[in-house]
Amino acid sequence: MSDAVVPHRVEPSAPRARSGTGWLKRALDSDIFYSFRRSRMTMVAAAVTLLFFLLAVFASQLAVQNPFDPAQLQLMNSRISPLWTADGQSPFLLGTDEQGRDVFSAILYGLRISLVVGVLGVIFAAALGITLGLIAGYVGGAVDGLIMRIADVQLTFPAILIALLVNGVAKSVFGNRLDAMSTLAVLVVAIGLSFWVQYARTVRGSVMVEKNKDYVAAAQLIGLPAPKIIFRHVLPNTMGPILVIATINLALAVITEATLSFLGAGMPDTMPSLGTLIRIGNNYLFAGEWWIVAFPGIALAGLILAINLLGDWLRDALNPKLR
Amino acid sequence: MLAFTLRRAIQAIGVMIAVGVIAFSMFRFAGDPVNQIVSLDTPAAEREAVRKSLGLDDPVPVQFARYFANAAQFKFGVSYQFRQPVSNLLMERMPATLELAACATVFAMVFGILMGVYSALRRDTFLTKIFQAVSLIGISLPTFLIGILLIYLFSVTLGWLPSFGRGDVVRIGWWTTGLLTLSGLKALIMPSITLGLFQMTLIMRLVRAEMLEVLRTDYIRFARARGLTTRAIHFGHALKNTLVPVITVAGLQFGSVIAFAIITETVFQWPGMGLLFVQAVQNVDIPIMAAYLLMVSLIFVTINLVVDILYTIVDPRLRSTISRPA
Repeated sequence: MSDAVVPHRVEPSAPRARSGTGWLKRALDSDIFYSFRRSRMTMVAAAVTLLFFLLAVFASQLAVQNPFDPAQLQLMNSRISPLWTADGQSPFLLGTDEQGRDVFSAILYGLRISLVVGVLGVIFAAALGITLGLIAGYVGGAVDGLIMRIADVQLTFPAILIALLVNGVAKSVFGNRLDAMSTLAVLVVAIGLSFWVQYARTVRGSVMVEKNKDYVAAAQLIGLPAPKIIFRHVLPNTMGPILVIATINLALAVITEATLSFLGAGMPDTMPSLGTLIRIGNNYLFAGEWWIVAFPGIALAGLILAINLLGDWLRDALNPKLR
Repeated sequence: MLAFTLRRAIQAIGVMIAVGVIAFSMFRFAGDPVNQIVSLDTPAAEREAVRKSLGLDDPVPVQFARYFANAAQFKFGVSYQFRQPVSNLLMERMPATLELAACATVFAMVFGILMGVYSALRRDTFLTKIFQAVSLIGISLPTFLIGILLIYLFSVTLGWLPSFGRGDVVRIGWWTTGLLTLSGLKALIMPSITLGLFQMTLIMRLVRAEMLEVLRTDYIRFARARGLTTRAIHFGHALKNTLVPVITVAGLQFGSVIAFAIITETVFQWPGMGLLFVQAVQNVDIPIMAAYLLMVSLIFVTINLVVDILYTIVDPRLRSTISRPA
């Protein structure tokens, strides 16, 4: 396990090397960075992932229009094909859709939404799963039995089914006219509730091992309260596998969001994510306007592939036993 | 053995009761069922009458017992959007989904096993590299993108296959089948590939890994020493031993094939249970959602139970859970 990725692994007695150069030097000397440099595929995947995140962050600077603002759209500009084709028009690099929305701008904004939902969904799932896993592992007994039973049952159902159900129930409780931001929140919750099990199981397993170690006994002896022992001392030692799961889950969360939006149970047309864009574009496939669906599709596939490759590498790098 | 079977059966019943509670709570508490039946200007007294006639003023446990008793007889109430009993709707749609899921599973098994065996026996050939690329795509690409890609290739560009629906179906009793007409068979091809691609990838990787392991064992070496033909060794001895886990995984995955049919059915407008469910989620049709949840859970729990019991007879090595993306 490397200090670069899991700084908590530092011996408690050692002074924390927070000064810039020392920290950087250690990171560059680490096994992780070595294995990163050895794999060209991983470096490409990391670069592509970084590129996608940057595109999402700077979407409003890079886009030629705000695709969410109806006032900026002109029907005159609808159904223009990509720039390099015969009918292409500047500044619409990847063409426009039925409403005169620039496909490139829509992808940038959609990417932002997809990533926001994905990242928040993973954070929510991780927070829920880690908390329940810590409790189950540390407390044990009937509490453990109950939490793990729920986890077992949930694991037999595909995440997409659970996410769809959560979505449908939320719609029915809050009414069918949710605004875009609340829909985003519902999606985050739906994804979180579908993916927490893996974190809970992993954390529980590590906690069961960790809690029998001497440092936990020592912490108990000096009278630290249980929550403090769990979160300050046990949790940091379970973080390695969590990082791997979170990376792979980010790809799954992005796929789930895109699928929900594609099925019409996610982001609305007024604030489209990549999945919504693909659903809209799919309607124009038969009219020969392939670019409306193709480019969001390529963006989504590229994003998922890059994150997956990164996750696979991280899993191997953090776990030498699997090599 | 008997104790294990009993314990698993009781667990399965527990799961079904838990799912039943969730389905009932959705049915009862997510939105007022009365509002869905009466119109906006129905007087309060009439609403009360409807409430009473539906039994919604009984204590909750009584209502739950009634819901469960009805569900056990496949009575799931009336759909809000179609104004028809949910069970009729589900029965009407079930053959389409089961046929699609079965075809997808057969496709996944046949091609998965062939590709797996080939890439285990000829490890460094060009074709093996292609198979591995296909398997990376099968795992990374979201199902709906694969479907759209196939439609663009074979319907829009080449015009070979229909892009939506089941084609002509033949009615046999209450079951409708597309397997007996040419247009029905043509309509099945792309949805089956879309739905089965992930399973195919999984089976291919599994067969490859198992074959490589088996080919290293002593009994294969001994078979070679006995002078058996390569064909007999590879297919008679090695492949046979890899098939048990493959069939187990394919069986376990059948449940998730049915669940994932939701996406494929939406892409291809396939008139199955999944499409019904997606429309129910879009239109907040709670009775259909609850009934679908119960049906799918029943299929899942039954498959898991059967497989778990078979494990104790066959081979415990495979007991890892396989998760898949959408």
